[in-house]
Amino acid sequence: MLRLVGGRLLWSVPLLVVLSALTFLLAWLTPGDAARVVLGTNTDPAAYAQVRSQLGLDRSLPEQYGAWLAGAVRGDLGRSLFTGEPVSAIVDSRLAVSLSLLVLSALVIAVVGVALGLFGALRGGVPGRLLDGMSVVAMSVPTPWLGLVLVLVFAVELAWFPVTGYVPVAQSPGGWALALALPVVCLAAGGVAVIAKQVRGAVVEVLGRPCVRALRANGLPARRIIGRHVARNAALPVVSVFGVVLIGLLGGSVVVEQLFALPGLGQLAVTAAAQHDLPVLQGVVLCFTVLVVVVNLLVDLVTGWLDPRVVAR
Amino acid sequence: MSAWRAAVRRPLGALCLGWLGLVVLACAGADLLAPYDPQEQDLASVYSGPTWAHWLGTDQLGRDVLSRVLHGGQVSLLVVGQALVAYLVLGCAAGVLAGYRRGLLDRVVLRVSDLALAMPTVVILLVVLAIRPHDESAAMITLGVLSAAGLARVVRASTAAVRDEPFVAAARVAGLTTPLVLGRHVLPSVVGPVISLVALVAGSALLVEASLGFLGLGVQPPEPSWGGLIAEASQAIYRQPWLLVPSGGVVALTAIACAVLGDVLRDAADDRTSREPLSWQRMRTRVVRRAGAPADGAAVLSVRGLSVRLADGTTVVDDVGFDLHPGTALGLVGESGCGKTMTVSAVLRLLPPGAVVEAAEVRFAGRDLLALDERGMAGVRGGGIGYLAQDPVASLDPLFTVGDQLREAVRHHHRGATGAEVRRRVVELLEDVRLPDPAGVQAKYPHELSGGMAQRVAIARALAGEPAVLVADEPTTALDVTVQAGILDLLRELRERTGMALVLVTHDWGVVADTCDAAVVMYAGQVVERTDVRRVFAEPRHPYTAALLAADPNAAEPGARLPVLPGSVPAPGHWPRGCRFAPRCAFATADCARPVPVTDEPLHGSYRCVHPRSGTTTGAGR
Repeated sequence: MLRLVGGRLLWSVPLLVVLSALTFLLAWLTPGDAARVVLGTNTDPAAYAQVRSQLGLDRSLPEQYGAWLAGAVRGDLGRSLFTGEPVSAIVDSRLAVSLSLLVLSALVIAVVGVALGLFGALRGGVPGRLLDGMSVVAMSVPTPWLGLVLVLVFAVELAWFPVTGYVPVAQSPGGWALALALPVVCLAAGGVAVIAKQVRGAVVEVLGRPCVRALRANGLPARRIIGRHVARNAALPVVSVFGVVLIGLLGGSVVVEQLFALPGLGQLAVTAAAQHDLPVLQGVVLCFTVLVVVVNLLVDLVTGWLDPRVVAR
Repeated sequence: MSAWRAAVRRPLGALCLGWLGLVVLACAGADLLAPYDPQEQDLASVYSGPTWAHWLGTDQLGRDVLSRVLHGGQVSLLVVGQALVAYLVLGCAAGVLAGYRRGLLDRVVLRVSDLALAMPTVVILLVVLAIRPHDESAAMITLGVLSAAGLARVVRASTAAVRDEPFVAAARVAGLTTPLVLGRHVLPSVVGPVISLVALVAGSALLVEASLGFLGLGVQPPEPSWGGLIAEASQAIYRQPWLLVPSGGVVALTAIACAVLGDVLRDAADDRTSREPLSWQRMRTRVVRRAGAPADGAAVLSVRGLSVRLADGTTVVDDVGFDLHPGTALGLVGESGCGKTMTVSAVLRLLPPGAVVEAAEVRFAGRDLLALDERGMAGVRGGGIGYLAQDPVASLDPLFTVGDQLREAVRHHHRGATGAEVRRRVVELLEDVRLPDPAGVQAKYPHELSGGMAQRVAIARALAGEPAVLVADEPTTALDVTVQAGILDLLRELRERTGMALVLVTHDWGVVADTCDAAVVMYAGQVVERTDVRRVFAEPRHPYTAALLAADPNAAEPGARLPVLPGSVPAPGHWPRGCRFAPRCAFATADCARPVPVTDEPLHGSYRCVHPRSGTTTGAGR
């Protein structure tokens, strides 16, 4: 088990390096550079040269990247081209919002998705088919559109929830929950559908296995066969898909945070992209990549815990 | 392109293809079809709902929404198309090369695809758009490249599988060049899964495009795109909520069509029929009682008039009856496909999903099993009638240790036993099945057991409920020849010690001779002969029994040619109307074309034949 975790952690290092190098390379390949962004309409060549050297743009690409990497290892991700604030501080101030949204959505997906999928697998028939149809629709509705409809119905017409905005949990836990309710539903809908479909498929596959028939032949009650044996066997494929869904949530959070005006990392990324503020964008990429690494590690740990054959390998 | 044809033949597939075709054509011909110019403003009729003049209404500047949807589709579908081209070219090329060449290239492709799959895609797209503002083509091609990792893996696996096919190897040896082999033999085999994946990715690319447009990072307004239309609708959400319907509707419907089409194509490629999927509910075997002969009161298990109909309507067991007396062993004999396993599964109600049992009587220890529901049957299984499956390793749960599974069985059958009692009983059971080192075996997982050990564990589990009857369904078929005898010796010994009765499904006459007291011979879903074991070898009455005995390698004379039984068992649904064995029978006459009644021989049993043999057959040399 330790070797498994160690191997995975080791593997995450190239992922972080490659991704950050890639963003550098992309920026370097594009005509125009950060100095122009900082100067805006000021076209004075002297000022341009000064800003370039300030930002280190007059150095070679490997040198620039090396400097960034050396800083990143120490927690220094550079400064925003716009506000001049340290990127690490900006990212830090927004992490709690994004994590609230992501963790709550992950919980909703896990609970609701598994419950619906299990229901479909055990009942089958008309409810099962209805569930299939609904999950295709939920997966195919554009996230921003779903958010708008939710706002229109539940925030504007019914006025159950605030339209937009965020309340820190420390300030008011109730306000925090209300502010996040619609964003979480909007972000989780597609994931619930994917997980429900996966759970149903996995459970149905396991139900058809000889070992389930043998357990029935041994007289074990349905509750025990499903709750213990089917659940654990079916969990294996579902857990790895759950990891993929969680990584997909990062992308969805960009849209949802923008739509509901939640001051999180996704909104930061959109603003930075619109303003061509590359250092900030790089900080967000790094932060999201770390989250991806953590998710993959958790998936591996849970898989290893569920399946004795993985550790033996 | 058989996958396409299969997709079109299904109504759902045809509907989705139809919608996608309509959307693509309408958008491509937007210049001709659109009733207005997409930029044409009419400030006199802003925020109009659907009218005759504007079928989908107008927006905040009085522009016609239908025209904007059609022209916006040009942009959105074009960039989705660009993403798909990048996805297809890169994914197929990398996958085919990795799967065909293997070695270092293969490992590199796998590693790179690992990396690509672990990237937060949408954020990467934001980086691209920060560097190339409003260049949606660049963003969507990046999306295609990043997604290609998934396709590359699928193509790689298919290619590697095809590469090892004998006909591809032969083509290589015959001197065909690599591109020719790839083009002619490898590519056609991956077309099915690939187009299914392309449909699914097209749907998600469309949704990503909508998100980028909504975020204002896509094509620059006033140029319409589907994502941009959603953004415009969001600004007018209070004034005219209707605008949400056409903008989101066209994206959602197109994405749904892609997703459903992908599923249909995948099912067609897997050759999956669209029958009812499995569910726990459907796994319960339904029972129908019908009139028939009464059960034998002296038997521990008595079956009369038992038939089995599968979900597809074919009858696989037809009017079977037998009696099992306490403490005796009954051999259920016949070739594969005669309905032996189905018969015992019907008694335990463990048939495949959707199957129906019809029977006059199934009586176990005086209880009417036909009257029990699933919960009642669960009470009979294990504790009353134990069951031993063909494949012992597959019958154990791979994720739990042997000890775990045995303790679970013991605890279930001995309610209220303390932990120490349960553990003691598990050790006893493992000793009973002659497994040395009970502690060591308990700590093992099923994949660490040999077939013989696994079958002993399965026997121990079946014995945990101390059943009065043990049904063993070809318990040695999946095992090495060297351990088969040991398992059969164990079953015999356990029967003598515990006094339980045994139903042994087998096609091995040697097993019947050594283990059983009575034999029931089945052919094409029917019982053709029922008699005691001494008589079945000495005087088989049915020509099928005689022929099976003659073909038994156990009884063959060394050096002599072993007679074989010509032909094969007719498949269910293709049974002859008269005697089902007649087409293969050396003694068949015109009389055999009529349905054959069962002839009872008092004290001996019964047979179903109009020309019974009279005890002078070959192969009865025991």
